Amino acid sequence: METNPIQYEELELLLNDLYKRYGYDFTEYSKASLHRRVQRLYTLDNFPSFAEFRYRLQSDSHYFRRFVEEITVNVTEMLRDPSFYRTLRTTILPILATYPFIRIWHAGCSTGEEVYSMAILLKEAGLLHKALLYGTDINPLVIEKARKGIFPVSQMQKYSENYIQSGGVKDFSTYYTANYHLAKFDSGLTGKMIFSTHNLVSDFSFNEFQLILCRNVLIYFERELQAKVFKLFDYSLENFGYLALGSKESLRFSSIADRYRQVGREKIWRKVHEAG
Amino acid sequence: MKQDNKLIVNAGSAGSLQVVLAVLTAMGKDYPIPVLVVLHRNNTFESSLEELFASRTRLVIKEVEEKDAIQPGVVYISPADYHVLIEQDRTFSLDYSERVNYSRPSIDVTFRSAAEVYGSGLIALLLSGGNADGAEGMQWVRDGGGLTIVQDPQTAEVPYMPQQVLLRMTVDIVAPTEELPELIHSLAYK
Ligand SMILES: C[S@@+](CC[C@H](N)C(=O)[O-])C[C@H]1O[C@@H](n2cnc3c(N)ncnc32)[C@H](O)[C@@H]1O
Repeated sequence: METNPIQYEELELLLNDLYKRYGYDFTEYSKASLHRRVQRLYTLDNFPSFAEFRYRLQSDSHYFRRFVEEITVNVTEMLRDPSFYRTLRTTILPILATYPFIRIWHAGCSTGEEVYSMAILLKEAGLLHKALLYGTDINPLVIEKARKGIFPVSQMQKYSENYIQSGGVKDFSTYYTANYHLAKFDSGLTGKMIFSTHNLVSDFSFNEFQLILCRNVLIYFERELQAKVFKLFDYSLENFGYLALGSKESLRFSSIADRYRQVGREKIWRKVHEAG
Repeated sequence: MKQDNKLIVNAGSAGSLQVVLAVLTAMGKDYPIPVLVVLHRNNTFESSLEELFASRTRLVIKEVEEKDAIQPGVVYISPADYHVLIEQDRTFSLDYSERVNYSRPSIDVTFRSAAEVYGSGLIALLLSGGNADGAEGMQWVRDGGGLTIVQDPQTAEVPYMPQQVLLRMTVDIVAPTEELPELIHSLAYK
């Protein structure tokens, strides 16, 4: 148990500092989780006082980079929630297949497992050749990892189970080459991906998509920020495009909800009207 | 009399389900304190947990959704594979960060967060289980002024979890399994 808890008022001060100094705005993140992450970093790096922590963040931009890397929650998995991916296979991809060119955006993609999962589905549906997958995240470190497409071999058994549950019928291991404890995914998949940093709080729309996935990112945002991000997605989505959220997230309370229809029981919504 | 400055968290792991059910049943239909149940669950196969709970209590059963406002009359259940946190405005947050004590949801994470928000209005009950999750959280509950209760390890199906608490601290109440339902029921009217 650490003995030096950061007060919520102190956290507010810190977030205001960071916004002024670096332009990164975390002030509308859900505080309970953010507080926990900041507290964890503060304890891990052994700061004797909050004042010194605050000063270090003000004065050392490298340390601020570490802050961004550490306070974001980058946990992810391939084919997480297999039933979600099954619905993509059976319901969404057949419709995307009718487009001459498919653009997909993974917002908050972390180390890219979700993007590789999607590429596998597209490949099996014979659509990868006409698709482009954009993966973005606020954290530059995870984006570097995503570009490499190298994941721990120790995860592969789990992923292969997810793959089968999602309706996959191949041998999952044909998608990667294992080397000691690392699995490098097929460059044929990586070739269709573009990874870049992008901050959902402050950066603009950069293209129009038929499918946007933003899973387990909005749980970290307060309502007003969620509303802003939903507008960004709405603006970036073609009419009749799809928006997919995490299994505990919903469009229900958002201002764009009345122009979207949920697809079955999964957290996937289809845009049925353009904004008026 | 509604008591929304209070929260009771029932937490447990292996061997705790039957006890939780008995406690919920004993609460009756007008239990004035909101209830949160944090169980280590074995993933999606147990999604019928809500149905099981609903069959044993007349309170409303609800799996926690992010930003739900915490209301009396409702038993909230932690979803599989997310940590449950509580905001200052008494709404829930979900968090998909690393496991804590090999667990997600982690009882430590929820106890600590609940202690920060509810302080002396928090009642924390830790039940049977096979790992040490919850022990540190109980210390946060105590430090926040909350009421700490563990199932008597001698009567728990898997004694390890409540034992870990007792090795670290003295709790307010150690209760044998058969007394827990009545105890929790009576606390609401104190
Ligand atoms: C829990 S991960 C989700 C990964 C993946 N989508 C999944 O569901 O498994 C959340 C990701 O959101 C990113 N994130 C947090 N704030 C962000 C922001 N303002 N803009 C873009 N990404 C953000 C984090 O860096 C992290 O990688």
